[in-house]
Amino acid sequence: MFSIACSAGVASLFGSFPVVRFSRLIAITLSITTASLLAGCDSKTSLARFHAIDITGAPHAQDFRLKAADGSERSIADFRGKVVLVFFGFTQCPDVCPTALTRAAEVKRLLGPLGDRFQAVFITVDPERDIPAVLREYTQAFDPSFIGLYGDLAQTRKTADDFRVHYAKVPTGSSYTMDHTATSYLFDTTGALRLAASHSLTATDLAADVSALLDAATAHKK
Amino acid sequence: MKTTRTLHSLALFAIACSASAQVSVSDPWVRATVPQQKATGAFMQLKADQSMRLVAGKSPVAGVVEIHEMAMDNGVMKMRQIPGIEIPAGQTLALKPGSYHVMLMDLKQQVKDGDTVPITLEFVGLNNKKHTMEIKAAARPLNASAAPAAAHQH
Repeated sequence: MFSIACSAGVASLFGSFPVVRFSRLIAITLSITTASLLAGCDSKTSLARFHAIDITGAPHAQDFRLKAADGSERSIADFRGKVVLVFFGFTQCPDVCPTALTRAAEVKRLLGPLGDRFQAVFITVDPERDIPAVLREYTQAFDPSFIGLYGDLAQTRKTADDFRVHYAKVPTGSSYTMDHTATSYLFDTTGALRLAASHSLTATDLAADVSALLDAATAHKK
Repeated sequence: MKTTRTLHSLALFAIACSASAQVSVSDPWVRATVPQQKATGAFMQLKADQSMRLVAGKSPVAGVVEIHEMAMDNGVMKMRQIPGIEIPAGQTLALKPGSYHVMLMDLKQQVKDGDTVPITLEFVGLNNKKHTMEIKAAARPLNASAAPAAAHQH
């Protein structure tokens, strides 16, 4: 299907140009063909299934074992049947964290009825200041279903290392801020790591990816 | 609703004048917080008829106010205090998520959606002349996006 459409385009181009400009024509044709490969012709037979980076099978970010605000321990297995988005951040973050969680809330909204099968998990990299009550209020301000998780300093470091998430305290004035990786990780409904979504990915693209992961899970069951 | 919003925006539009220079601040807003959250950011658009630097701020709701820049470095978010932000003459400089913000730290109270937060901005203009301006920033929900109109709903 793909090759026929592109060849037809090439043939008609050849037919409409004089032969003397053949070499230039080849260059044009090649560039058009290349462009078609990258954009037009393969849009239906997309090479990449996802907008986010597919990291299926990666050895890192396998699981976490941290506490929710109510003190209960949570790990990936607790969310079986849902696509889980994991984001590391801190509540005193005025910019990236609210933007990432707002995007996650928008993803849930875009999923419509399927939104019930999407779970956002916010892991604090600042457990000294992000006490359970603050974490709960903060995550629920974006969506009542969103969960904030915390560990002690050692657990937080181990979890971030497991996820290859960088974070560091940076003094500012009399206080400090946190540098941290802004990537969102997505796990499929079986709890397997699947995608890494950059901060710049749109809610629409991310929702399409979540939807694809949910579709795959449904198809697998049939 | 639309009229209310327009009037609201106008009310929040402040102009600082002196004999030599003028700065205008439009659409200032602060991200609301949850109880016990000790920091948040203020965003706005600045325009000056002569080049100026925004160098400091003060607010009754915050113990510490700093000028910050956010940058993504290989997927890592880094937020740093900077000595000031240059506002080139005649151009609009946006303090917005993804770039600059006025960081309000050591918050003395929760900033609730709909609150009005006074902030005094300090600028340095030509010949190191100082200008101060008080603005009133409207608090928008924690999940407000960068786009002002879309997020501004009461």
